[in-house]
Amino acid sequence: MAVVLVLVLIVVGSVLFHFLSPWWWTPIASNWDYIDHTIIISFWITGIVFAAVVLFMAYCVFRFRHREGNRAAYEPENKRLEWWLMVVTAAGVTALLVPGLFVWSRFVTVPSDATEIEVVAQQWQWSFRLPGKDGKLGTSDTRDVTADNPLGVAPKDPNGQDDVLVEAADLHLPVGKPVKVLLRSIDVLHDFYIPEFRAKMDMIPGSVTYFWFTPIRTGTFQVLCAELCGQGHPLMHGVVMVDTEQDYLAWLGQQQTFAQLSAPQQSGSANSLPGEAIASNLGVAANSKLSRSAQ
Amino acid sequence: MVDVTPADAVPPAEVGEMELYHPHSWWTKYVFSQDAKVIAVQYSATATAIGLVALVLSWLMRLQLGFPGTFDFITPEAYYQFITMHGMIMVIYLLTALFLGGFGNYLIPLMVGARDMVFPYVNMLSYWIYLLAVLVLVSSFFAPGGPTGAGWTLYPPQAIMTGTPGGQDWGIILMLSSLILFIIGFTMGGLNYVVTVLQGRTRGMTLMRLPLTVWGIFTATVMALLAFPALFVACVMMLLDRVLGTSFFMPAIVEMGEQLQHNGGSPILFQHLFWFFGHPEVYIVALPAFGIVSDLISTHARKNIFGYRMMVWAIIAIGALSFVVWAHHMYVSGMHPYFGFFFATTTLIIAIPTAIKVYNWVLTLWRGDIHLTVPMLFALAFIVTFVNGGLTGLFLGNVVVDVPLSDTMFVVAHFHMVMGVAPILVIFGAIYHWYPKVTGRMLNEALGKFHFWVTFLGAYLIFFPMHYLGLMGIPRRYAELTDMTIMTESARHLNSFISIMAFVVGFAQLVFLFNLIWSIRHGREAGGNPWRATTLEWQTPQTPPAHGNFGKELPIVYRWAYDYSVPGAKEDFIPQNVPGDFAPSREPA
Amino acid sequence: MSVILVFLLVVAGFAGWWLSHQRLTAKPWLEQGLAEEFVGLGRSALPTAKIGLGVFLAVVGCLFSLFVSAYFMRMGLSDWRPLPLPRLLWLNTGVLVLSSVALQCAVVAARRGQMDMVRLGLATAGLTALAFLAGQLVAWRQLTEDGYLLASNPANSFFYLITAMHGLHILGGLVGLGRTSAGAWNGARPERLRLSVELCAMYWHFLLFVWLCIFAVLAGWAATFVSICQRLLT
Ligand code: HEM
Ligand SMILES: [Cu+2]
Ligand SMILES: [Cu+2]
Repeated sequence: MAVVLVLVLIVVGSVLFHFLSPWWWTPIASNWDYIDHTIIISFWITGIVFAAVVLFMAYCVFRFRHREGNRAAYEPENKRLEWWLMVVTAAGVTALLVPGLFVWSRFVTVPSDATEIEVVAQQWQWSFRLPGKDGKLGTSDTRDVTADNPLGVAPKDPNGQDDVLVEAADLHLPVGKPVKVLLRSIDVLHDFYIPEFRAKMDMIPGSVTYFWFTPIRTGTFQVLCAELCGQGHPLMHGVVMVDTEQDYLAWLGQQQTFAQLSAPQQSGSANSLPGEAIASNLGVAANSKLSRSAQ
Repeated sequence: MVDVTPADAVPPAEVGEMELYHPHSWWTKYVFSQDAKVIAVQYSATATAIGLVALVLSWLMRLQLGFPGTFDFITPEAYYQFITMHGMIMVIYLLTALFLGGFGNYLIPLMVGARDMVFPYVNMLSYWIYLLAVLVLVSSFFAPGGPTGAGWTLYPPQAIMTGTPGGQDWGIILMLSSLILFIIGFTMGGLNYVVTVLQGRTRGMTLMRLPLTVWGIFTATVMALLAFPALFVACVMMLLDRVLGTSFFMPAIVEMGEQLQHNGGSPILFQHLFWFFGHPEVYIVALPAFGIVSDLISTHARKNIFGYRMMVWAIIAIGALSFVVWAHHMYVSGMHPYFGFFFATTTLIIAIPTAIKVYNWVLTLWRGDIHLTVPMLFALAFIVTFVNGGLTGLFLGNVVVDVPLSDTMFVVAHFHMVMGVAPILVIFGAIYHWYPKVTGRMLNEALGKFHFWVTFLGAYLIFFPMHYLGLMGIPRRYAELTDMTIMTESARHLNSFISIMAFVVGFAQLVFLFNLIWSIRHGREAGGNPWRATTLEWQTPQTPPAHGNFGKELPIVYRWAYDYSVPGAKEDFIPQNVPGDFAPSREPA
Repeated sequence: MSVILVFLLVVAGFAGWWLSHQRLTAKPWLEQGLAEEFVGLGRSALPTAKIGLGVFLAVVGCLFSLFVSAYFMRMGLSDWRPLPLPRLLWLNTGVLVLSSVALQCAVVAARRGQMDMVRLGLATAGLTALAFLAGQLVAWRQLTEDGYLLASNPANSFFYLITAMHGLHILGGLVGLGRTSAGAWNGARPERLRLSVELCAMYWHFLLFVWLCIFAVLAGWAATFVSICQRLLT
């Protein structure tokens, strides 16, 4: 009888734990609440199945446990029942899969107005690169990495000269704008993960991976590395701050471009206003939207 | 007048008394033995010994996670070495070796009615190479630089770089060598298990009369024979990258400001090879457990397994399908995103035959005559944990849900539940079930029940709450959970609780070990068939079975393995080798 | 990974064919008795050793399919520079064919009970196989002298790796062949000898087949063939 009780308790306890315990996901900060919804659907369907199976088992043990003189029924199979169960299972699986694939197709289709930014990982820190006035990131190659060019931006590529580099410091993003995050690593696998954004993707040395999201609220978020990358892995933290438009532009104004960093003696004249350069790219669209809504 | 030899009485295809090797000395009888039963015990003992090492390593990791900063000797380096050795030992050197080398060797010949494996000499070699693999693995603890800390997935490039413990020392080399040895040894054993099922079956033992245990182990072995070569290829290529400087997996890399020699390799290629092995591996561990638990439930509920045919087909379907789902471990690896659609679909399709098996287990209980013996308890606990772990698998297989959850504690909880706890519970149940056959004595039941309750409830309490830590976003493989903004005070307490439970569960295993050793001498006499079971291993003339298993003549099989509570029969079980029809109307009305 | 998947499909075909003869849809609880009617559902009439070897060859095939899969995946990356195959490989191929033929002759002779021919066949097969291995080593020497080193390009790495793996399997086969030959000279029982000779031949033919496949892959014909097929399909 203890078994029956324990089986019932496991179901009840698990369900109560699910609803009452303080451990739950972090408040979301990106557009990927779709993913959260899919998880909720999954919890419902799987939770019901779990409870049903375990409670059924508990009932069987309660009802059919051995007593003197008992004899089991003889039933090799029951085709109808088995087919029914299969159909119901298939339906449940479909109910999980279809919304999942639907959201996945959103996840992999980057909207055309998303701004590209680049995250570069190395043991054990994060750096970032934002496109300059031209709105384009210059090409890059691990072979170009030197002490003066730690991200390996191609020195000859004109598109890369005005790129804004944020080396081992915090990244800022404007709220409400879709970003396509290009991911690159110059040594081992890493994974750019911010729990509040829900999204993550590995970075692979030698190739560029990506994902996209739209930050939906301002705040400071911690970047975690989610792919084992050596002994510094658990300390490979970074910070992403989602700012309002003004704060973002102010921050951007203080950053330096690739050209400035690689040739600091000339920086005074040629590219004196990198912040404005970016504003033209990330900011203008939003500004025009803002002004439109203000009218 | 004329001596009718068995050879005359049966069709020629079924002849074939095998020539057994007859040991002459203590050495050839107990050490270099060619008897599958001795090899089985050797395999099991070695696997248990190395498994205990893995258990201790899990304690050390839990100490660090539950009480951060308290144990200075567990540096991040050490933590990663522990995690890697723990994972690899548990999956390969414990579970694979125990299910196939241990249970496979013991049960296959007995259950199919053979005198021994078909290639006993190769079978013996298999064990010794396995032992060598284990020794090489253990030696890495004593090598300069210690064992590798690359994680059990051994992903390059980090696996062979300086930032990872053992990456540029001996650790990774010894690990890869040990795996290569293991695969060679396993292939030798695997050939035996497969061919014995094909060719060693006694008269009347058709495939559909095989107990599901044999079906499970057989299918798992076939899968392992086809999947392990992928690991072999990956290991050899990585070894070349590490030792001879090739660039199979190694792209251009700047390590600590210095350009490495490698160029152009593909880390993703390794991941494909690894998971082409790695996913089937999950089922290589699960299918024998499925088979064994079916037999435990049927025997101890005194009822035929419900839907035997479905169970067989499901095993075959799962075995085949599990070769086309490997990339569900790579959803966020940066492979082409469209693969996600394909692999999510195949992965969720596997859930259907798997669910069928679960239904059939619980439907076997329905209207049964359930004896709550220790093996039955473990079987019930298996269903609970397996269903739990299988259902969270639906989260992780559903590509987009995997995005936030992958590489978090959710994954750790999931795979421990489904391929750690669940199969281990089956192993325990199976040991309580077959120990009387191996030793002639029963294990102590009171100790068994104590062991059961602590292990089952403890393991559930460890791994069920852990899912929610993953949901919070806490990544796996973190040697330190400090400085994380998502880590709340209450989550820290939960972590400490989990660690304490891990110790409780671990110590319960010592009780079990004590029971194993104590009962060899002091257990209750079991007799030949204490559970009143139908399968052939319980019908041997001697217990423990002698060399050659079945005395003078091999048993002849007249019925399937599940004639329990047949209407009209006097007893509630009819062994497979009993002739005659006891049931006039067998189709239920 | 397509090569290995195709290979597995072939294996699955075999398995499916065999399973379809095992009456997997029977209701075993309705069928009792010795089941004389089940003859054919027991073990196969083939010798167990042959079945064992067959299963082993499936594993070996799997191994080489995986190498070839990895080869094709790595080949797609930008730093791949194919290496010129030494002419010598043609000669080696011929020698290996000869070896297989010799063993086949030994099989025929063993079936007829002509011991001398068996011995001749075994000796020829062994020597030609050794000659093949020596030839492969010379080919390696030529390549390294021409500067195609193991680590300098992935195409080279794969060449050395795959040929080495194949050579190791031949070497293992030579051990078996040696034991068979010992039996042939020391007067093993004829039916025993016949079986071992047949096993050797089976293994040899399979390794010859593997060699032809990897030769085609290493020479680049396989890639051309695949791209032609793809063009035909689209
Ligand atoms: C009471 C028993 C066990 C405890 C307390 C335990 C604990 C742990 C812990 C703490 C980790 C590291 C998690 C992390 O930081 O990411 C881990 C990893 C792992 N465990 Fe266990 N474990 C147990 C049993 C098992 C069993 C039976 C298996 C067999 C499948 C297993 C397989 C693994 C694997 C494969 C890993 C992953 C290693 C890696 O990430 O490289 N564990 N375990
Ligand atoms: Cu990292
Ligand atoms: Cu998997």
